[in-house]
Order: sequence, then structure tokens, then C-alpha cells
Amino acid sequence: MAMLEVKDLHVSYGMIQAIKGVSFEVNEGEVITLIGANGAGKTTILHTVTGLLKPKSGSILFEGKELSTTAPHKIVKYGMAHVPEGRRVFAGLTVYENLIMGAYTRNDKNEIEESLNMIYKRFPRLEERKKQLAGTLSGGEQQMLAMGRALMSKPKIILMDEPSMGLSPLFVTEVFDIIKQISASGTTVLLVEQNAKKALSIADRAYVLETGKIALTGNAKDLINDDKIKKAYLGE
Amino acid sequence: MNSFISYLASGISLGGIYALIALGYTMVYGIAKMLNFAHGDVIMVGGYTIFLAITSLSCPIWLSLLIGVLVCTALGVTIERIAYKPLRGASSISVLITAIGVSYLLQNLALNILGSDAKTFKSVVTLKPIVINEGLKISGETVVTIIVTVVIMIALTLFINKTKMGRAMQAVSEDKGAAQLMGINVNFTISMVFAIGSALAAVAGALLCSTYPQISPYTGSMPGIKAFIAAVFGGIGSIPGAMLGGLLLGVIENLSKAYISSQLSDAIVFAVLIVVLIVKPTGLLGKKINEKV
Amino acid sequence: MKNLINKIKPTTRTTIVTLLFVIFFFGLSQLLVNTGMAGYSYEGLLIPMCFYIILAVSLNLTVGILGELSLGHAGFMCIGGYVGAVFAMLTENVITSDLLRYLLALVIGGVVAGLFGALIGFSILRLKGDYLAIVTLAFGQITYKILQQCHLIKDCNGLHFSFSEPIDASKIDSASKVVILNGAQTITGVEKYKSLIVSVIILLVTLIVIYNLIDSRAGRAFKAIRDNSIAAESIGINISKYKLIVFFTSAFFAGVAGAMYAHTTSLEASKFDFNLSIMFLVYVVLGGIGKIRGSIIATIILYALPELLRDFATYRMIVYAIILIVMMIVTNNEKCKRIIDSVTTKLKFWKKTAKEDN
Repeated sequence: MAMLEVKDLHVSYGMIQAIKGVSFEVNEGEVITLIGANGAGKTTILHTVTGLLKPKSGSILFEGKELSTTAPHKIVKYGMAHVPEGRRVFAGLTVYENLIMGAYTRNDKNEIEESLNMIYKRFPRLEERKKQLAGTLSGGEQQMLAMGRALMSKPKIILMDEPSMGLSPLFVTEVFDIIKQISASGTTVLLVEQNAKKALSIADRAYVLETGKIALTGNAKDLINDDKIKKAYLGE
Repeated sequence: MNSFISYLASGISLGGIYALIALGYTMVYGIAKMLNFAHGDVIMVGGYTIFLAITSLSCPIWLSLLIGVLVCTALGVTIERIAYKPLRGASSISVLITAIGVSYLLQNLALNILGSDAKTFKSVVTLKPIVINEGLKISGETVVTIIVTVVIMIALTLFINKTKMGRAMQAVSEDKGAAQLMGINVNFTISMVFAIGSALAAVAGALLCSTYPQISPYTGSMPGIKAFIAAVFGGIGSIPGAMLGGLLLGVIENLSKAYISSQLSDAIVFAVLIVVLIVKPTGLLGKKINEKV
Repeated sequence: MKNLINKIKPTTRTTIVTLLFVIFFFGLSQLLVNTGMAGYSYEGLLIPMCFYIILAVSLNLTVGILGELSLGHAGFMCIGGYVGAVFAMLTENVITSDLLRYLLALVIGGVVAGLFGALIGFSILRLKGDYLAIVTLAFGQITYKILQQCHLIKDCNGLHFSFSEPIDASKIDSASKVVILNGAQTITGVEKYKSLIVSVIILLVTLIVIYNLIDSRAGRAFKAIRDNSIAAESIGINISKYKLIVFFTSAFFAGVAGAMYAHTTSLEASKFDFNLSIMFLVYVVLGGIGKIRGSIIATIILYALPELLRDFATYRMIVYAIILIVMMIVTNNEKCKRIIDSVTTKLKFWKKTAKEDN
């Protein structure tokens, strides 16, 4: 059974239907990417999975548990973390406090300390700036903080929404390296990206989203060579 | 000199009461981004509850205070659940009008149930006045108010910065969605803020009615507005700001009452606020809000 | 005929419909009073209704069109009332025409209030949102507290003014003295001027001015500032200038209304407190923010209701408060909105099919 299984999901904003029957699945250990143009519904799907939005119909099963009827704050406890679009770090809290907020659902102080050290090891820059207010960090640093914060909940699966958005090319490469490392350390990744080329280069499988529907799916390696994809998303 | 010290002391004590009320305003503003105009009337409810517990139920003072705090806490949480929660995400002006509706409701309920006449409130403070020298006597109410305020402020600061719940409150204030993604129960956290704010209002009510020993349905309304001004004065959303703002306001009010004009003291307080905001638009300790371009 | 109507600009059409509505409403009311179908108490409400509508509409200019919350509108009304009253009392023997004196009192009261509006507006240009609201609240409170302290007496030697302290009686010629302002005490010396027709005409003029302002180049600038001040600035709109125009106009009409008030009933500064400002705000919000006609209708209903329900005095404020809360929740809650939307679309659909069936 897949780790995360989304079936026939419908989501609407008032009268406008944003997601019209989307199904996909993520298996343990995979890196899955959802790619698509602006407004295709990528962010809406992630928000629905983590409970920020309620679906109109359809089911979201995570390790057999139905998420669409679960209160959003409980979803984190099941082992799902979400790095939101635009990073959304707590600007008025310090880097350290942001990371500790990430471990909100955990109670063992020693284990939290351990995770914190791990995050600092992975993102040395965060340790250098741990007493600084998160709002004063650069965009790339904030992205790292957002990822570090998500990892602090020790998730089984991590959902990332446009982690490369608005970053300099150097940081973009770094962010994708980090995603690879996260995957290598055993965390499943569901990645939403506009930078289709980069996303496909690190993903196992991909779903292509067009105006609220899955238009195409397949192995990332195949899709990256697909003529239609090349034309529409890779600009070749 | 003696009279100055005694005016100052009662100013600090009045300021302490304002600060306790202002804390409720500022915490609610921080987390729910709303001006809770009904907060002042929660003070009045607290005062009446304690008054009735003492006079009608002849409870001992400590029990009456406890009942007052519990009633206000429950009231604050209920108001939030029924009137404010359905309006989350609505324009701030609609929430403001709703809060005003709640304020009218509480005042008029009190008016109908308890009558419009002011009742004499027997002080809950049993401490004797402290005589410092022949001309200088500081009342027990003043001393107790100052001590209680300081203790509450320290406790609250520790709670906000050191406990998990306190940090959750800060996170929800910053970004509700992101806080939810951390696994924080946003609704519960907001309820907790209303609970704490209202409990503080009950304490403030007890101290206020003891210092100025009477109570009426309108008891909370003016101190409510002034505490609100204090919260803005210090920088709304900032907890140390509310404390500082409340204290300064009480001292300014009392000193201008003593040395300038008792009728104009309110006008002076409001004028100082305007000047402070013109010079520093986000209040004394307020954070600068960066607008997205 | 239809062509002719279509030729008129839609905004002009709105103005005309509103004006006709106002004329119709007050005409009908007067008719009901004259024929004895509406009571004496109702007649007494009509002139106040005129100036309360002016107040609500002028507040809507700040809140709805400029998008800034003001909690001190009663302060401007208070200034207008005081200035108008003092002017009317000082010129009672100079200007013999009652109407002329009345109109001048209104204009002068309005201008002084407007200048204060502009002054407040100018000093708080940097402030936004809730902070601005609080400054207006503070201003409103200061205004009536200060006016409460003024003493003014006229005698054969001229004018005697004193702030805070009562005027020394020995300095005044008691035979010729006229007390104009006496501290916190009610001002009663203004000769009343109660003409419904004049009041309605003033109301109509106000509405025409405000409608034209909203529909002008400046009006579009106000809305641009409300919707996105940074974008408005980037296309070259001088935000400060337009904000000042709104603050002046809004306060001017509040001042006019205050002067009208002073000629209708005795004036007491402490009535112009925060609660009165809130009352106007409630009219505006329940009528629909930014909607002039909504403000008019809401004022008529909300002003008349509590007055007509005096018999239920004990419960009326409780009912009023509950209506306020429920109205806000029903019109703003997402779920309620969705239900209302679906009902109205169904109704429209039903109407449409009914038409097609015919």
C-alpha cells in the first residue's frame, strides 16, 4: 500500500472549482513531484493534504488514516510536515525559536535537542544565526529555516511547496541538493515545483497538473525526455 | 514632596490596573488582530461577580476572587467562540462592530439585572495603610495592586517566553497557517488567550473596584478605553509595551489630576497618546509592520 | 423615455434615485404626520433624521470610500455644534433673518470642524488602520472634554472668555450679560430653527456634493488609495492631498450636522462622546460600507427604531445589541455567506425559469 494515497480529490474556493478529481500516490522512500503551470492547483493540493483547506469530496489516506476529516494540527503528529510556499517563517521569533516550534508535537527534550543538533549540522548557517530574528534572514536562509523547522517534527513524509521560488541560482542548486539529502536519509518527499527541470532531475516519479487535473504521469526520467513536456515545461 | 510621592504611588497603582487590562487587549490583538471592545465590560462582570459572591453568597474573599476569575475566564472564552470565531478572516471593522455589540449586550444585561445605580464595593484588600512618615500614608489597596501587578507581569512574561503554550501563542500571532503546520491547535490557542486576558480582567476588576470602592454597569467602560489607549501607547501586540503603556498612563493621569486639572486629566492622557503616535506611529515598543509591496 | 434614461450616466442615475428616495420618504412622512396617521413623536424624529443621515453619509466617505476607520466623528459634530451655537447667539441681533443666520451658522460650524478634520488628517498621515482609528477616538474624547471647560459671557463691555475656571462675576455687567458657554452645563440660549423643508434641502445638497465628489477624479483617487495605497502612489496619486480632502469634507459635513443639532435641541458636550461616534459607525457598517444609499436607509431604520420602541425601553438595547452581533455574523461569516449566495442564485434561477415559462 502506498504511504500517501489521494483519491478523486475535489476542492473549490466558493463557486470556483480548483481541483477537479485528482488522484495520485506516494510510496515510502520516493521523491514525487507535482509540476504544472501557475494556477494549475499544485499549492491547493498540498494545502488540502495538510488540512489547511477542506476538500469538497475525495479521500486522502496517509498510512491508512483518513486525513480529510482530521483536524489539521493532528496531521503533523501522524508524521507529515509541510514546508509552505513563501517559507512563512515566524519573522518575529529567533531562528532557534522557529526550529523549536517545528518540534511542537514532540515532548522528549533530549530527542529534540538531538534533532536540533542534526539540523545545525545540516544547515551550519542556521547555527551561526540562531539568535537572530528569522525576519532578518535572506530568502535562501529563510528557505533553509523553513526546511529545518519542518524536519524538527521528525516527519515520515515532507511536503515542499516551491522551495526554489525567488532564490538566486546558487541557492536553487543548494536547495535541491538538500532535498536529495533529505530523501537519502529516509524521508519521503512530495515536491511541488515550477522549476520542472530541476524537480524532474531529482524525482523518482512525477505528476503533471493542468487546470486542476492530472494530465500526465510517469517516471521522472521518461518525462524529462517527453517531447510534450519539453515544449510546455522545460522550454526546449 | 510627600504629596508628590503619594500621587505617584497611586498613579503607579492605577497604572498597574490599566496594565493588567491592557495586557488582555494587546494579547487578543496580537493573536486575533481584533480590537476587543468588550474587554472593559468583562472587568465589570468580574467586579459584579466578586461583589455578589461576597454580599449575597457571603463567600470568603479568596473564594469570591476565585469565582470572579473563573466566571470571567468562561465568559471570555464563550464570547470568543460565539461572536468572534465565526468572523475570523472578516474585515476588521465588522469584527470591531461585533465587539461593540457584545459590549452593549453585557452593559445592558447588567443594567437590567442589577439596576443602573452604583453599589458600594467593599474592598477585597485587608492590608492596613502603610505609614511612611507623618504626612505620607500609602493605602493598602495601592500596595497590593502594585505587588499583584508586578507578580502577574513576571509570571506572564515567563509563561509567554518559556512555555510551549506561550510559544504557540506567539507563533499563532505571527502566522496562523504556519502555526497549524507545526501541529498547533489554533482554535484552542486563541481560546487560551481569551481565557488569560479575561482572567486578568477579573483581577483588574477586583483591584479597580477596591481602589475606587463602587461598581455600576458602566464601571468597565472608561477604564477599558483607557487601557486600550495604554496598549496602543506601548505598541499594540507587544506585551512589555502594554505594561509600560499602562503604567505611564496611570502616572500621567494621576499627576495631571493632581497638578493640572482633574477635569482635563483625560484630555491630557489622550493628547499624550496622539503626540506619541505622531512621533512614533507604532507606539513606544511596537514593532514596525512592513507592508508588502 | 427609456432612451432618455439610458443616456444619463449610471452614476448620475444612482444619485437621482437616491435624491428622489429621500424626497419621497420625507414627503410621505410629513403627509402621514399631517393626516394624523403618524404620531407627534414621529414628527420630532424627522429633522434629527436629516442630520443623522448627513453624519452617517459623511462618515461613510472616510470609512467606506477612503477606507480609514474613524472613531471620533462625534467630535467634529461637537465642534460644529458649539461653533454654530456661539455664532448664532452672538449674531442674534445683528443678522435679523433667521434663515440667513441659521445657514451661516451651519457653514461656519462646518468650516471650523472641517479645518480640525484637516488638522487631524495632516498630523496622522503616517498612521494607518487601527492606529489611525485610535487617534480619532482620542481626538473625539479630547474635543468634548475641552469644550466642556469653556466659559463665554457677553455683556455691554464685550466678550469674556475663560478656560477651566468660571468667569469672575465682578468683572461682568450683570444687567446686560448673556451667558453663552458655561462650562459643562447645557447650552440653551440658541434660538431654535426647526424647518423640515430647509433640513431636507440641506440634506439633498449634502448628498449631491458627496455623490459628485465620489464620482469625480478625486473620488476615483480615494478608491485607489483605499484598495492599494502603494499602487496608487506609484501611478502618481498624491495620497496626502486626497486624504486631506476626505478628512476635511467628512468633518465639514459632520460640523454642519452638529450646527443643525444645536438649532434643534439644547447642546451638551458630554453627549458627543465615543458612544455617539460608535452609533454613526454602526449606521455606516449596517448600511453597507461605501454604500451611500445604504447609510441613508440604515440611519432611518436604526434611528427611528429605538425611539419608537421606547415602551420596551428595558429590553430594547439588549435586542439592539443582539441584532448587531447576529447581523455582523450573518453578513460576514463564510458559511453564512455561502448559504445566502446559494439561496439568491436559486431564487434568480427560479425567477428566470418562471419568466421563460411565461
